[in-house]
Amino acid sequence: MSAHDNEAHGSYKSYLIGFGLSVILTLIPFGLVIGEFEVGLPWAVGIIFGLGAIQILVHVHYFLHVTFRAENGWQFMSLVFTATLLVIVLAGSIWVMFHLNENMMPSHDQIERVRNLP
Amino acid sequence: MSSIAQKTGGMAKEAEPGDDKPFQFHVFETEHDEEEHGHDTGTMLGFWIYLMSDCLIFGILFAVHAVLGQNYAAGPSPADLFEIEMILVSTFMLLFSSITYGFAVLAMQKDDRKGLVRWLIVTGIFGLAFLGLEIYEFSHLWHLGATPMASAFLSSFYFLVGTHGLHVTAGCIWLVVLLTQVGMHGLTHENRRRIMCLSLFWHFLDLIWIGVFSFVYLTGVLL
Repeated sequence: MSAHDNEAHGSYKSYLIGFGLSVILTLIPFGLVIGEFEVGLPWAVGIIFGLGAIQILVHVHYFLHVTFRAENGWQFMSLVFTATLLVIVLAGSIWVMFHLNENMMPSHDQIERVRNLP
Repeated sequence: MSSIAQKTGGMAKEAEPGDDKPFQFHVFETEHDEEEHGHDTGTMLGFWIYLMSDCLIFGILFAVHAVLGQNYAAGPSPADLFEIEMILVSTFMLLFSSITYGFAVLAMQKDDRKGLVRWLIVTGIFGLAFLGLEIYEFSHLWHLGATPMASAFLSSFYFLVGTHGLHVTAGCIWLVVLLTQVGMHGLTHENRRRIMCLSLFWHFLDLIWIGVFSFVYLTGVLL
């Protein structure tokens, strides 16, 4: 029973590993912004989002203790389901909202370009 | 008709507590259930599904901020407003509170009631420190004229960060209630279950905050 509990809810070691990883994964993106390192905007945003995603996984594993087996797999299943919904909602919203003008009246430039086609 | 009477009769019987037993307002497991699962019955999974639905709420707020986050309406932009050093401090307040809550759970597993209470109080102090910094930040922004009414960016910013702050406030209130419960009844089975639920809630809020500081603050300042 106690062995099972320890496995399910972590130990000092696993909490400290999770904490250490979180500290590193927090300090790097903050250092990047505060130190104003010149890495270029796409790289900076990529690093911030990538490390944020890794830190979320670290929290899920070391602090929330999500496993494939917990609650007969339903905990992991609901997490995957939610993540899928989030990807659809986020990617879909951003895609739609930044392409609202796609089928609007063409601009003057575009009309001229078509007119001047050989 | 008679079946309804029977049903209501049955319900009344169930609702009436036995003479020797106090009325139960909460879920309680029988010994049989515990033996069967070696774990709580449905509460932990139910609470987890609540957290997932909460995750969807935050996901929608993040989507709103992704769409509106750059509509400054000639007002201030993130680079003008946010003090990243202060956000770093409040991030660490939440991170510390997460690990101290983990220590509280470990103390509970060792039936160390004093250790549990001590770590829970430390967690609460870190949570309050986080809230204090957030209130200071909001009032500072408000004084600068960066109110939610100023631009779409600020509306979605206050809505997203404020919702997270409200969750932390609820967590702090829950923490105080739990400390009272533990003080009154000790480490009963129900209290252990509640502590594990709040553990999930607290770590989940820290997880949401990763998204907030990465996306709203750090990326906002860069763009």
